[in-house]
Amino acid sequence: MNNISVLMTCPMLEYLEKQLESRFNLFKMWNLSSSKPDFFKNHSGSIKAVVGDTTVGADSNMIDSLPNLEIVASYSVGLDKIDLEKCKDKGIKVTNTPDVLTNDVADLGIGLALAVMRKICVCDQFVKSGNWINGDLGLASKFSGKSVGIVGLGRIGSAIAKRSEAFNCHISYHSRSEKPNTNYKYYSNIVDLAANCQILIVACALTEETRHIVNRKVIDALGPKGILINIGRGACVDEPELVSALLEGRLGGAGIDVFENEPNVPEELFAVENVVLVPHVGSDTEETSKAMADLVISNLEAHFKGEPLLTPVT
Amino acid sequence: MESIGVLMACPMNPYLEQELHKRFTLHRFWKVPDKSTFLTTHCNSIRAVVGNASAGADAQLIEALPKLEIVASFSVGLDKIDLAKCKEKGIRVTNTPDVLTEDVADLAIGLMLAVLRKLCESDRYVRSGKWKKGNYMLTTKFTGKRVGIIGLGRIGMAIAKRAEAFSCPISYHSRTEKTETKYKYYPSVVELAANCDILVVACSLTEETRHIVNRKVIDALGAKGVLINIGRGPHVDEPELVSALVERRIGGAGLDVFEHEPEVPEELFGLDNVVLLPHVGSGTVETRKAMADLVLGNLEAHFLNKPLLTPVV
Repeated sequence: MNNISVLMTCPMLEYLEKQLESRFNLFKMWNLSSSKPDFFKNHSGSIKAVVGDTTVGADSNMIDSLPNLEIVASYSVGLDKIDLEKCKDKGIKVTNTPDVLTNDVADLGIGLALAVMRKICVCDQFVKSGNWINGDLGLASKFSGKSVGIVGLGRIGSAIAKRSEAFNCHISYHSRSEKPNTNYKYYSNIVDLAANCQILIVACALTEETRHIVNRKVIDALGPKGILINIGRGACVDEPELVSALLEGRLGGAGIDVFENEPNVPEELFAVENVVLVPHVGSDTEETSKAMADLVISNLEAHFKGEPLLTPVT
Repeated sequence: MESIGVLMACPMNPYLEQELHKRFTLHRFWKVPDKSTFLTTHCNSIRAVVGNASAGADAQLIEALPKLEIVASFSVGLDKIDLAKCKEKGIRVTNTPDVLTEDVADLAIGLMLAVLRKLCESDRYVRSGKWKKGNYMLTTKFTGKRVGIIGLGRIGMAIAKRAEAFSCPISYHSRTEKTETKYKYYPSVVELAANCDILVVACSLTEETRHIVNRKVIDALGAKGVLINIGRGPHVDEPELVSALVERRIGGAGLDVFEHEPEVPEELFGLDNVVLLPHVGSGTVETRKAMADLVLGNLEAHFLNKPLLTPVV
């Protein structure tokens, strides 16, 4: 398939790049030999596949400029950077990387909750700066037994719920519709969910409906003893509202993996102790990134061989 | 009971101190200018000692308090109490089991996640502005890793239950096999270490378990293995652990306890695969209050001639 042209939108994983290079005619959009307009003029007709991720996907403009695009294979489970409507219109297939990253993202959700509640990063910094000699730190908050509210009970949300249950946490959730076959308490209104839990975890997809789903009202309902964990998308949360709530003590703490304008993070949060900030690492383990890359490759190969896609987005 | 003398071994909890002061004649041992003079003066009025993981009741102290009836420890660990001497002299001993089990187990899991996923390091990365220059490195997946537990008591079992939710296969080493569990038993710590990815110390500190994690065990755990210690510092041969970490012969460590708290080997400070906590296993508002109430409850029960709530001896 070395004559099939594939466009990779940004650096994601060296292993994936090498695999794509060995199997296809790979163009790296961040490293073109000519200017972008020239590149598109000369090559747009030959590109049959785009490999995107959570940073750069395939928006309307890109899709329009690639007349022979057949498939967008995303190195992510999130699809918010892909114009799905346009792909559907033009019969362009879309694949993502569900399941292989579910455990890692759920693990991070729990890790962030424990890190915030038990002040793990604060404590580590305290010891490593030699301060323990001078006295103990203050007490933290117990995690076990706390009520956990999950926004979005999909694969990742369910995996978070399963882990939280082992800590004797009471689980409740908000979703577009109530899920049959769960014992968890459903709230049709996210403000009610926030008012009735101590740890609110954002685990839903980013769509027009869920943009800023965690807004001022939700943050107020969660309150000064509540903790917000975001392992979904930055835009699920009204970031300026979150920042002011944390600075003013109206929210008890937060563990955040995703931001509205990555890699930019509101600097006012840097000095805030009850906040843990990580750089969108939800699925960034050696094991999972390889599994995601393999899934992208397998989907592309299946497509070009006329075989069924492994993880098509319907 | 205001006339009953209670000796508190060291500062441990303001609420506990306050309550002890209200109910008894409280002597704060750390505020005494001359300990031996103090003991000679007050030895006949002190009927209880309240200790913790830092300072308890050793043979010397017990000998100096002829009217001592009860040692109530603000901890579950008993390594700072001379239990044999207490038994000999008919001195009761109580501790604080169960109320702190969940917190300590939570912290063990928290340490595993923090070490494998480099949570503290990546938090530092963001706060230093480095994310603008490039992504953080890839870390290690936690789900599915083999967890080996030394000591399958209350805390060990609570760790196992939590780790199972992350699909971690559980194995353990204990003085005796626990046939009522389905976890895999290893008769030696070295074998356990050789067959797990994350080794957790969750046993009590006794003469037998001192340095139970030694060079051999560390070698068996290996370059991809991670050690988590939420037990007692002396469970681990600390200098051996430090050199193994510095020389990268072991994959990482999450430590809440050390041989000479609050001293921590400085060679560990710059390592990105190590998370160090200042003995905070039970350090939550909720649990410390519950522990304090249990200490008070045990003392009241004793002086009212009622059954102790959580007796050890």
